[in-house]
Amino acid sequence: MKVPYFWLREYCDPAMPADELLDLIALRTTDVEGISYVGPPSADGFVVGKVVSVEPHPDADRLSVCEVDTGDGTRTIVCGAPNVAAGQTVPVALPGATMPGGEELGKAKLRGVVSDGMILSEAELQIGDDADGIAVLDDAAAPGSDLAEVLPLAEPVLELEVHSNRVDCFGVYGVAREVHAITGAPLGDAPWEGDAEASGEGEASDYASVTVEVPELCPRFTARVFTDVTIGPSPLWLKAKLLAAGQRPINNVVDVTNYVMLLTAQPLHAFDLDQVPDGALIVRSASEGEKMTTLDGVERTFDADTVLVCDRNGPSGIAGIMGGQVSEVSDSTTRVLLEVATWNGVNILRTSRKLGLRSDASNRFEKQLHPELAMRAQRFASRLLVELCGARLVQGTIDVAAEIPPPHGVQLGPGKAERLLGMRIEPELCATYLERLGFGVQSEGEGLTAEVPFHRHYDVGREVDLIEEVGRIHGYDEHLPSTLPEAFGQGGRLSREQSLRRRAEDVMRDLGFDAVVNLSLTDPGMPARLRLPAGDLRREPINVSNPLSLDHSQLRTTLLGSLLDAARYNLAHGAERVALYESGRAYLREPIGDPAAPGREAEDAAGIGVLGGHFAGDRPPPAHEPHRIGCLAVGSISPQSWRKEDEAADFFALKGALEALAAQLGAELEVEQGSEPFLHPGRSATVLLGGVEAGWIGELHPLVCRQWDLEAAAGFEIGLGELAKAASLGREQYEDVTSFPAVRQDLAAVVDEDVPAAKVRDAVLGGGGELLRSADVFDLYRGEQVGEGRKSLALRLTFRAPDRTLTDDEVVGLREQIRSELAELGGSLRE
Amino acid sequence: MVERIEEIRREAQEAIAAAASTEELEQLRVRYLGRKAELTGILRGIADLPDDQRGPVGKAGNEARGAMESLLEGRAAELDSTEIDARLAEDRIDVTLPGAPAVPAASRNLLQRTMREIEDVFVGLGYRVMEGPEVELDYYNFTALNHPPGHAARMAQDTFYVDPASLSPELRIEPAPTVPGEQVSGPALPPGPEDVVLRTHTSPMQVRAMETQGPPIFIVVPGRCYRSDPFDATHSPVFHQVEGLAVGEGITLADLKGTLDEFARAIFGPERETRFRPGFFPFTEPSVEVDVSCFRCGGSGQTPEGRCSICKGTGWIEILGSGMVDPNVFGFVAHNGYDPDRVQGFAFGMGIERIAMLKHGVPDLRKFFENDVRVLEQFR
Repeated sequence: MKVPYFWLREYCDPAMPADELLDLIALRTTDVEGISYVGPPSADGFVVGKVVSVEPHPDADRLSVCEVDTGDGTRTIVCGAPNVAAGQTVPVALPGATMPGGEELGKAKLRGVVSDGMILSEAELQIGDDADGIAVLDDAAAPGSDLAEVLPLAEPVLELEVHSNRVDCFGVYGVAREVHAITGAPLGDAPWEGDAEASGEGEASDYASVTVEVPELCPRFTARVFTDVTIGPSPLWLKAKLLAAGQRPINNVVDVTNYVMLLTAQPLHAFDLDQVPDGALIVRSASEGEKMTTLDGVERTFDADTVLVCDRNGPSGIAGIMGGQVSEVSDSTTRVLLEVATWNGVNILRTSRKLGLRSDASNRFEKQLHPELAMRAQRFASRLLVELCGARLVQGTIDVAAEIPPPHGVQLGPGKAERLLGMRIEPELCATYLERLGFGVQSEGEGLTAEVPFHRHYDVGREVDLIEEVGRIHGYDEHLPSTLPEAFGQGGRLSREQSLRRRAEDVMRDLGFDAVVNLSLTDPGMPARLRLPAGDLRREPINVSNPLSLDHSQLRTTLLGSLLDAARYNLAHGAERVALYESGRAYLREPIGDPAAPGREAEDAAGIGVLGGHFAGDRPPPAHEPHRIGCLAVGSISPQSWRKEDEAADFFALKGALEALAAQLGAELEVEQGSEPFLHPGRSATVLLGGVEAGWIGELHPLVCRQWDLEAAAGFEIGLGELAKAASLGREQYEDVTSFPAVRQDLAAVVDEDVPAAKVRDAVLGGGGELLRSADVFDLYRGEQVGEGRKSLALRLTFRAPDRTLTDDEVVGLREQIRSELAELGGSLRE
Repeated sequence: MVERIEEIRREAQEAIAAAASTEELEQLRVRYLGRKAELTGILRGIADLPDDQRGPVGKAGNEARGAMESLLEGRAAELDSTEIDARLAEDRIDVTLPGAPAVPAASRNLLQRTMREIEDVFVGLGYRVMEGPEVELDYYNFTALNHPPGHAARMAQDTFYVDPASLSPELRIEPAPTVPGEQVSGPALPPGPEDVVLRTHTSPMQVRAMETQGPPIFIVVPGRCYRSDPFDATHSPVFHQVEGLAVGEGITLADLKGTLDEFARAIFGPERETRFRPGFFPFTEPSVEVDVSCFRCGGSGQTPEGRCSICKGTGWIEILGSGMVDPNVFGFVAHNGYDPDRVQGFAFGMGIERIAMLKHGVPDLRKFFENDVRVLEQFR
């Protein structure tokens, strides 16, 4: 909203520089954008002149040589305008003045004659649109006086970003009322006081009729009729205001409608009555697919929610948004029908969004105007049309209105504002602020009742709304104390899951993986690129109905796709290796696995909690959003080193990271044979945490790598909920491991090549029983000594009893049990 | 005999002092103290000496032996240390080579880090951290936040709607009140085109949290949000917010200011202060927009280089929107102890990207989602 300061001052003059006022508005009323200026940057050098004489230029047909009285005597000015004439009072720029474009005016020689200044057109001053002739001023202005006294020059324009609940501030008078409330500077009378005298023949209903078929969408439709209208340009003062407010002048009738709207926030529309057959207007819903060409020359198609203003032949305007070309006011118009209506704001907003068409009118109507404002605008516009267009107002107003909402009163209880704001505002001040804002105030002791004015009817309805009014006008910046709540009633902390998530993220970082944050919206090709087959829940993502683009039209079902995107991006931008991880959500229509599986609910109740996608609230969330950690490495697992060969980011490099992650959180980790469609079938596994399936690990399938232009890559993705549930971190209990020494032994087990190491370890642990506290594989040997098709695994064993020092005999006995367990796997001990 | 012993002792003393290596010292030990050594012989023959000599010779001999032993020991220690020094002097490495194995100093994401910083400030102030769904019911995202169906403010937010056909076929949407306290009944129905959204703010969690926990409640809610804003330097269809909610008896707008002052000082520096301006949000009343005094120019708007580029010369930077929880919002959770006549409180929401951009000079919001490791690794 552009508010020319000179226009604002006509209604309320706070007597302060524009930038100070703008700051105050920002602190008390609404957002602001800044200040712009109309016309030249400074009014210096612009004066009123009187043309004394005009002679043709001796050497140029189109130029005149004028003698102009500029108060300090007459000066010679060469002028190119055809309309210049002796006796005119005109605007003059003297040498040294800075023009609106920024260039400084000098003495110029034009075809041999020196011009000592310049007579200006409206366009040159940016106060009007006429560039063909010089502007002619009212004779009342004395030659030599400052032009700024007559015309708005170098005038600041306040640019406000009015909050959508403050439709009243979409009019200059509404802003003036705010300035009055903020500063206490007197507020001028409302411009809608008083009406024009009806001098036209007959009654309005003789000329026109209005039928409203959709009263719920058109709470009020008023129409007046004007005859003997003379279309022409508006006076300079009006054009100057419109231009300063960002509105192009068109003709006196249209300009009046715009002027009234800019001042009162109530939009109006003028019809050429002779172009409306029988003067009959019908307000109705569009039929599906109905078309019309709007004033901007675009043909628009409507649906059944659109409200149209129609004549007998069809639509002539989209209600509240834009008129049509059929009954537009033109130079030949002599009879005008002036529409001032009230529309259903939500419907206007919806329609204007659907059509992609916004206008000054729709911007106001969509915020819901009160029907009472319509007649105010009718009265004000009638006076101007009579005054400026020579029109005769016909008696009567056609007024089709549903019941007009009556004003309502709101109580502000004693001390209530202070109780909510924590800032004391004296009751008298509360009353003063509200009165200045236009409320009718009745004080009752410390409290009051405020009658809400029509311009705030839909915005203020509760005590808390009044508190906002008095609070903001009093000034939060000046008066609001800074305190802390007295009693919290709880301690602040992170939940265990949240702490464990942080720990897990930090472990990944410390292991050398960069944390990425990917968009969770992806494209429909992603599941196929990951080779997810039909029937896999991850191939059935949640779709956005109204995406900005197909690239961001689905929620990801796994973190892998976006990790691959990030890896490709970095390799394409010069990285030699990448190691990335993301801690974030995947989005599934329902949990993977059978939700009805036995024990599932008990497990849920045990609380994987928010990391497992279980959120607070009475209504369950519409989708399943587990929090996961995914990681991906390409190239060497660590940067090149002078001390060792590069190690590829392969299965075992990633497994090492996964083991470190699980160990840091004290979670029991197992991997089992198992694969995913996007993984190398022989180099991938299912991850179990605390015995529960939690994700996958592996090298990526070559066809997936190819999709992302990668040679090879490996990664894993696990549920953080499962990790947190398996984690013992923070719950460890002391165990006596020092009173009795442990016995350490190494052991080599020879088994067939296809026996997994985990099986061997399980057999060893099974044989060792309770006294065998750990068995860790530390070497793998294949070769002559163990024979073809066999391998030897070396394990380090730790035996310990909690209550005694173990004897050699006991350990020898356990070793024999281990031997027999291994024999069941077809294995033997290598002595 | 005693003189001879003294002689041997002097001789040995000189020899030990002159010994240049541990080997030489060992030879001296054998020569003076070994089985065949002269002193050993003398001491062995003591029994054969006349009575009057036995005492003095034995005493002198044992003293000499003791003295030589300690001399040998002392010299050995000296020689040992010299030899280690010599060996160490030979053994040198290039300490300027990099350490190994080379573990990359990887990066915590700046967004993640900023989110944690903000969480930690509020945890310190007595808040708990809650999280909520991103695929959310219209009821929580709008209706219960005082955006009734058909309300203009719903349309002001550029909402992504979820295609109901892509949700679980089992999903049923329970009928929901459209105004506080409305009694609703009827069967749960499959979702329609406007029932499920990608949450446009973290605010829906206000309602979910209050449904679960009665007053007093002090929570912050970090998380992802979605709006159909095309990518530009300050917009992304996916972005992050932190919501705050504090409700109890007698919690005021002034308490909000005190809380945000604490926050601003923790995040932007100890001298910071906040400024409240009127704002408009449907779920708070009064609503305020909050500026923080500029951390670059200290609020003066001017730096030695001229107009401050961070606050554009105004001295203030807008950082968040907030206000007192609207009584209508309490109306939707009144059954859980949130009687609008009894409890009151504040809520706020801030964009994490914006805070991180301001604090670390990131010029373009898109940088957060590019995941360029050259950028990531600037922030540990």
